[in-house]
Amino acid sequence: MAAASSSSLHATAAALHGVGAAASSKPRAAAPGARSVRVAAAARRSGSVRARGGMVARAAVAVTCLVFCIPFFFCGRLLHEVLLFEALREALIEEMKADPTVYVFGEDVGHYGGSYKVTKGLAEMFGDLRVLDTPIAENSFTGMGVGAAMKGLRPIIEGMNMGFLLLAYNQISNNCGMLHYTSGGQFKIPVVIRGPGGVGRQLGAEHSQRLESYFQSIPGLQMVACSTPYNAKGLMKAAIRSENPVVLFEHVLLYNLKEKIPDEEYICCLEDVEMVRPGEHVTILTYSRMRYHVMQAAKTQVNKGYDPEVIDIRSLKPFDLHTIGNSIKKTNRVLIVEECMRTGGIGASLRAAIIDNFWDYLDAPIMCLSSQDVPTPYAAPLEDATVVQPAQIVAAVEQICQ
Amino acid sequence: MAPWLVRTSSQLARRAASRLLSPSQHRRHRAPAPWILCSVPPVPRTSPAAGGGLREFCSVRGFTGESSAAAAATAEDGLAGGDLQELDFPGGKVSFVAEMNFLPESQRERINCYRVLDDDGRTVSGSKFQEVSKDMALKMYSEMVTLQIMDTIFYEAQRQGRISFYLTSHGEEAINIASAAALSMDDIVLPQYREPGVLLWRGFTLQEFANQCFGNSLDYGKGRQMPIHYGSNRLNYFTVSSPIATQLPHAVGAAYSLKMDKKEACAITYFGDGGTSEGDFHAALNFAAVMEAPVIFFCRNNGWAISTPTAEQFRSDGAVVRGLAYGMRSIRVDGNDALAVYSAVHTAREMAITEGRPILVEALTYRVGHHSTSDDSTKYRPVDEIEHWRTARDPISRYRKWVQGNGWWSDSDESELRNSVRHELLQAIQVAERMPKPPLTELFTDVYDEIPSNLREQERLLRDAIKKHPADYPADVHV
Repeated sequence: MAAASSSSLHATAAALHGVGAAASSKPRAAAPGARSVRVAAAARRSGSVRARGGMVARAAVAVTCLVFCIPFFFCGRLLHEVLLFEALREALIEEMKADPTVYVFGEDVGHYGGSYKVTKGLAEMFGDLRVLDTPIAENSFTGMGVGAAMKGLRPIIEGMNMGFLLLAYNQISNNCGMLHYTSGGQFKIPVVIRGPGGVGRQLGAEHSQRLESYFQSIPGLQMVACSTPYNAKGLMKAAIRSENPVVLFEHVLLYNLKEKIPDEEYICCLEDVEMVRPGEHVTILTYSRMRYHVMQAAKTQVNKGYDPEVIDIRSLKPFDLHTIGNSIKKTNRVLIVEECMRTGGIGASLRAAIIDNFWDYLDAPIMCLSSQDVPTPYAAPLEDATVVQPAQIVAAVEQICQ
Repeated sequence: MAPWLVRTSSQLARRAASRLLSPSQHRRHRAPAPWILCSVPPVPRTSPAAGGGLREFCSVRGFTGESSAAAAATAEDGLAGGDLQELDFPGGKVSFVAEMNFLPESQRERINCYRVLDDDGRTVSGSKFQEVSKDMALKMYSEMVTLQIMDTIFYEAQRQGRISFYLTSHGEEAINIASAAALSMDDIVLPQYREPGVLLWRGFTLQEFANQCFGNSLDYGKGRQMPIHYGSNRLNYFTVSSPIATQLPHAVGAAYSLKMDKKEACAITYFGDGGTSEGDFHAALNFAAVMEAPVIFFCRNNGWAISTPTAEQFRSDGAVVRGLAYGMRSIRVDGNDALAVYSAVHTAREMAITEGRPILVEALTYRVGHHSTSDDSTKYRPVDEIEHWRTARDPISRYRKWVQGNGWWSDSDESELRNSVRHELLQAIQVAERMPKPPLTELFTDVYDEIPSNLREQERLLRDAIKKHPADYPADVHV
């Protein structure tokens, strides 16, 4: 299985694509394992994985399950319930235990435990040196992470709010994304840059930025957005293990989502989408918090007789155009629902990529629902009107399916 | 001011002070043990009375909840007599004064500058410095000369249109070579861009320099960066990145990594007077001090940031005084005195490693050359100023006088060295010029660890375009 290689971007493996396509047509109730392509890689870590006849046997079980899509659920795997921020923390703990070069830093991550409690307890477990509180200088502590990564560590840099990482734009764009390339491959920057972003509940414009919009052009970066406790943990682990700089977008409103996740170790593929709800009439592409607005709208649509296919694109850079394309070839209609602003957001790029690649399969113009091109206001009704609401999604589906 | 107000305020101060002071808090602020003895920086123990946690700050946060009964009692406990009180504040005790005194914006005298050799290359009497062996001394000298010639010839090559860009280190040869000589190969170097001499010292060959400047297929950077953006992971010289001062936080991160590995090595980072204005300078020095990271911050104060003189860059007494603001040891050194630079860096390195602390070194020098080949500095500074520093203050001549004074160097050695370096350089340039440029595949590799499908697609489209219209593309780029 090609996933055993150490590469992070592996778009070439045909087996992977085949598996990805097969897995994407499974219903939501399908096992978590069916979506996690890198189980074989996870099996390499002997620490926290319960041995069951050795690594090879485990890889074989994983491959078998993937190829034949046997839900792990029915294999009797143990699950435990977590909130999303706890899932992120579990990922951090597992990776920090397994690899002493992994360390976390940011403002108030240590003794305070993080503004959203993602790093709670880590300083006590791993010490001040590995869970480091920094002074307030985002550009500079991001730079510190770059330097440490070039020297051989694997830093996880937290922005207290993603919006603050705008101060780190210089280091992220000019160094993080670039130095592997400009050094001719001599130095690598395996950092994870993470933090809560997106439009919250009346946090004000400066705390409601959608940084995926600004970062998406930077060559050398990878971007992923988590939306469930399951994929949060899986993506965090994959991001830490990746040799590339990865920006992991968490959403301020999703930290308390509850889900049962496997006790066993797993990781999610950084470059894959997540099939949320298969359907036939229209492909709805979304990510992060908007996924929940879309699913809410989907209930209404189903009652009205529509059958939307909902895909959580998860990988914002690069797009998983293979799976997205398969869906478009099936439904011939695309609706993008995003939280970025109308101008220059993920939706804008995704639209362009779809037109470039799948023009012949479209029966209707691509619709894109985005946030208004305004700084996010504080007043609740105004803030609600800034982002896409389920009613608009329902109306859009009706319009596109005419 | 009304006497009753003065009395009341001193009463309040006493009450506030007594709330903070308790027997267990009468401890001196302990100097941390050397960091190499423990994996975690030592954390001051709090008293059991304070609400737990590991921070000194907790003792301050507790004071608003203290009862006034405690305040009334032990009001005179262990405090200085009379009206002068002390405040136990985070960071240590602070004495109160009744006079209102503003700290002056500058000291009456500027911070002194450490030097070993006078202008005639003789050791100043009473000077203390790190001795160098004859071999080391001669190596330092010949590398300084090599650097000077390399700069001259590459600059000429740019003027001839053979390379697109260059910048020289004229006037800063002592800084480059002497600081490099005082380091070990395990020390990590994070340059700005005017420190190729450090790389030269470590063993980068003239051919390797030329390959990077010509961006040919042998360039370790694979033709992706402008000239002078050298980098070598093998020689622990981090690839030059153009934005000013971004390497300072990198250095703190690298030093942090050394600290975690408990290695007998430090990080050193170079920057100019202009770089000290960047936010990264401030934060990196601050971080390094807080984290007790073993890093040497080496400021090449050469008087000019392109056309901005230091008088317009800052109003402090150079960079050295800022060390104190961050709680960092610092020294000002004569940057054109090779032995002084050597000694200062040697000592700074030892302190950084054994004591686990950052050190700020400010070397006073002068940028004899233009900022780069894109600049003509005669536009903004007097020619005689440039000439004065180029001749009377030349670090190479000064050092040569010392080396010759020891009987270690002669004029014939001099001409022999200069001729052979010049010859080797011209050879290297010819070879580098003729070497093919990197192939098209290198446009898309190393953006990520492996080429993703979208870049593979872009490469395919590019190849198709070149195949269809070969005349529109350079013939010497291997497709």
